[in-house]
Amino acid sequence: MSSSEAVHGNGNGNNGTGSESRPPDVVIDCQIQDLHYGTFKAVRDAHLPILKNSITAFIGPSGCGKSTVLRCLNRMNDLVRGFRFSGHVRYRGKDIYAATVDAVAVRRYIGMVFQQPNPFAMSIFNNVAFGLRLNGYKGDKAERVETALRRSALWDEVKDKLGKSGLSLSGGQQQRLCIARAIATEPEVLLMDEPCSALDPIATRKIEELMVDLKNRYTIAIVTHNLQQAARVADKTGFLYVDTSEGGRTGYLVEFGDTKQLFTAPRETHTRNYISGEFS
Amino acid sequence: MATSDTALTDSGGLPPSDEFNPFAGVDFQGLEKSLRRPRTLLDLFLSGVVLVMTGLALIPLFSVVWMLLVRGGRKLTWAALTQAPPAPLEPGGGFGNAIIGTALMVGLAGLLSVPAGILTATFLAESRNDSRLAQVVRFAAKVLTGFPSILAGVFAYGAVVLLTGGFSALAGGVALSILMLPTIILTAEDAIRMVPAKMREAAIGMGATHTQTVWMVLLPTALPGILTGVMLAVARAAGETAPLLFTALFSNYWLTSGGRLDFMQPTASLAVLIYNFASMPFENQMELAWAAALVLVLLVLALNLVGQAVSRRQHQQA
Repeated sequence: MSSSEAVHGNGNGNNGTGSESRPPDVVIDCQIQDLHYGTFKAVRDAHLPILKNSITAFIGPSGCGKSTVLRCLNRMNDLVRGFRFSGHVRYRGKDIYAATVDAVAVRRYIGMVFQQPNPFAMSIFNNVAFGLRLNGYKGDKAERVETALRRSALWDEVKDKLGKSGLSLSGGQQQRLCIARAIATEPEVLLMDEPCSALDPIATRKIEELMVDLKNRYTIAIVTHNLQQAARVADKTGFLYVDTSEGGRTGYLVEFGDTKQLFTAPRETHTRNYISGEFS
Repeated sequence: MATSDTALTDSGGLPPSDEFNPFAGVDFQGLEKSLRRPRTLLDLFLSGVVLVMTGLALIPLFSVVWMLLVRGGRKLTWAALTQAPPAPLEPGGGFGNAIIGTALMVGLAGLLSVPAGILTATFLAESRNDSRLAQVVRFAAKVLTGFPSILAGVFAYGAVVLLTGGFSALAGGVALSILMLPTIILTAEDAIRMVPAKMREAAIGMGATHTQTVWMVLLPTALPGILTGVMLAVARAAGETAPLLFTALFSNYWLTSGGRLDFMQPTASLAVLIYNFASMPFENQMELAWAAALVLVLLVLALNLVGQAVSRRQHQQA
């Protein structure tokens, strides 16, 4: 797809996808020019593609706007007052910010997992079946719930207590429950906003394995504070950094590319300094 | 520093006690409790004051309950609970019709005020950025909590009694619903606002519309809190007398006409029965008033206990 090529001429250096021989399948084409919350300019120049059946990680220091960019991709930012941006986000070629597009429908195609595990105060079963109920799913809910729980590697732990409250699970289990809930409706894309930051290392490991497993079926974009995590799971990585030159704190995309290349041979000085831990 | 030096030079043995005392300079006298210190005395004095005050506050409560048990318990028989009030000087009888009347009118008030109250609370909690209208409504609800209950009765008198041409259970229910409404609105709004923002976010992230978020996540999650508010409102309404004097009046008879419930006739209630019978010069009626008072207190107590149990279960779940 030509759009993925256009992405890289953004004035932040030539951060092409490099070694790809055939054109990758771009599911979401994110072209953010300027993003404001009220008068605060939060992000500028974030142009990057999310490729099908891959994991794309966003890394960068706190306040660099990586979560903001992620939340742009399924219009979660619509809830924030004063949010506006120029540019476009295309999902399968269709601009999801077009006036004719229903933001609610967008989120059914592009699901989300949040930083804090946030199951509903209802049974495990009903948590997973929530999306099915939203969509008025008429088929076999139990089967879809089981599939989703199996895919999120939670089935064996909860199959005997599906009627128990989702809040009774441990943090790591809750997060996998949230992943099950998100994938029960078969979205094409899964956005994960620091999904492991509230979890211990063992639960984190499980979620990471799960992500790698899930990418065969879904397309995943993840925000992470943890550089090792990005290096372990991501196929593509985007590094965002904060630009304070205009007085504010505006995040921008410094470099985007194959994870391996970005970590071993970064093109930009900022990237090299960040991943070598010289500043954070 | 001294410790490690000594430990090293002494080749593993404990440092001689005269050389190193980690507690040197600590005044152990200062650590001990002493009645000679003003701080301790003040502490004891204030604890005593608090205890005495608590006891004083409990005296009226327990004396009321004690009197009710003693005076009302005697007459609390099956007959009293199931029979209609006796005529003057007639022995026996009861206040069964008043129990049913209270239950009916409170139930009716609940039917009117619970849906309206919960929906208003939803509007208040969900109104974007707290619109001017929401602020006005919330203020009105707060004012209404302190609304003199007799005025609710006067309002229902004008709005229902005059309109329908007579005192009725319906008018009583309307008057009580006005008193229940603010409690329900304010507690339900709190309960809805207490639902963690992350749950709302999760619902929206799943592609739920605003309506679906409210119906499927916010209200079910807030339900125990809302129920607590409803219980409180019901308990308050059950004990109201003044508004019923203007609306339901009183009746010595069962609330039926031709074997069916009739909402459009004067209706007995426990509160008004107590008010009427307590001022009568007949021993039997006065004893019934005591027993009815005990029943009313027990009913309100039971409702409060249920409300507490429900909200406690919510806390355990969260």
